[in-house]
Amino acid sequence: MTGTSLLERPGVTGRGAQARTTPAVVTGIGVVAPNGLGAAAWWAAVLRGESGIRPLTRFDASGYPARLAGEVPGFVAEDHVPSRLMSQTDQVTRLSLVTAEEALKDAGVEAAELPEYAAGAVTASSAGGFEFGQRELQALWSKGSQHVSAYQSFAWFYAVNTGQISIRHGLRGASGVLVSEQAGGLDAVGQARRQLRRGSSLVVTGAVDSALCPWGWAAHLAEGRISVSDDPGRAFLPFSADACGYVPGEGGALLVLESATAARDRGARVYGTVAGYAATFDPAPGAGGGSRLGAAAELALDDAGVRPDQVDVVFADGAGERVADRAEARAISDVFGEYGVPVTAPKSMTGRLAAGGGALDLAAALFSLRDQVIPPTTGTRRPAEDCPLDLVTGAPRRGAQLRTALVLARGRGGFNAAAVVRA
Amino acid sequence: MKRLELTDLITLLRECAGEEEGVDLDGDILDVPFAELGYDSLAVLQTTGRIERDFEVLLDEEAVDEAETPRVYLELINRALSERAGV
Repeated sequence: MTGTSLLERPGVTGRGAQARTTPAVVTGIGVVAPNGLGAAAWWAAVLRGESGIRPLTRFDASGYPARLAGEVPGFVAEDHVPSRLMSQTDQVTRLSLVTAEEALKDAGVEAAELPEYAAGAVTASSAGGFEFGQRELQALWSKGSQHVSAYQSFAWFYAVNTGQISIRHGLRGASGVLVSEQAGGLDAVGQARRQLRRGSSLVVTGAVDSALCPWGWAAHLAEGRISVSDDPGRAFLPFSADACGYVPGEGGALLVLESATAARDRGARVYGTVAGYAATFDPAPGAGGGSRLGAAAELALDDAGVRPDQVDVVFADGAGERVADRAEARAISDVFGEYGVPVTAPKSMTGRLAAGGGALDLAAALFSLRDQVIPPTTGTRRPAEDCPLDLVTGAPRRGAQLRTALVLARGRGGFNAAAVVRA
Repeated sequence: MKRLELTDLITLLRECAGEEEGVDLDGDILDVPFAELGYDSLAVLQTTGRIERDFEVLLDEEAVDEAETPRVYLELINRALSERAGV
């Protein structure tokens, strides 16, 4: 594999074999989601089956064909973000800063006290600070360039969340940003794991996304897969025969990923190990060959050294769109057999959070392993005939021993990612 | 003729770039460098853009860069305002 040669390039081998082989463990989790601000509030809501999908309030959506979204409720940015940052940040960055702070606090680590280049930030973003960008473009178009904020130079940018988290917590080590839509939340964690293997001791990773402004809304509408239902309970139904598109949402999760050695040395509490990760890319439409999501799953299991029969639960991408749901159900049943593994898509309660979605599912998988419970897919009462899945619906499922979870994510444009977490 | 006073500048800085915690903008800050007040070059740039718009004046970019304290910055702006008034 090319990954091996990359790791053995000059200048990297010097860090010793231990850094390259020590597992990557999650020691901190921060969450901001439409059904809960903060990891504990969100997870409790998920287990109650409480949805955060509601009529849009961020802007007047009454004239648009779609009017439901998953907005983070009760988030007053001024309560969390310093005044100096308010004028230079989009909603997505404000949410990210709060989430990163929670994750680091949860991990019990003062990142700034680590050796100067030991800690970094790798996040994913699908649209950057879209709402900020809309406001400045409107100012440019209607009033002229003198009215565009100097902060537009970076406030819109994909890497802005990574940058602001890095500055805020003094994370000067290897950092970056991944842009692969919904798959990005997992791709970031995969990249963070690579940085640990190259010698970093801690990486804040995952994704928080938000673009609930008219410009972002227009982009969703243009793609034509958004749900136009007005019934919050029936608008987003992954794997249902009644699936009618997805509801967009905002939020996500950020994780503190550490080398197991570093975590052990400081006596950190560990949620689980990111044991496997893989990404694939779909062939061009019409080129044949179909979805490569199943291949991503197999490669991630292989990377983790895990057999399909050792997987206890799958967190599905759950597009909520018939063709994509069918393709995912086929990918899962090809690997695990029809009805061969419990499957869930708790994003039915949040909507699809773009890059934040994959990361939030990873957080859900880790909490599932901790609490030995599989959260339900709400709304969907039973999977469609052509989706032969053991879908957990209605209420959380307990009883089975959960040690290994597979998380799947697909990003608009052909991105597939899969991650394996183990207790 | 309009003049920009320190209190006006502080109001604009707060509006354009917020306020650093632990900094007393209402104290004697005329000779305190912007950097120590928590305002980086971008914050000053943003504020300058606002002043140029509100007062319909064009400021010399290099001179703005070199104005490290509110006193020097205000002198620069008020000179530009009076020059414009004299035309």
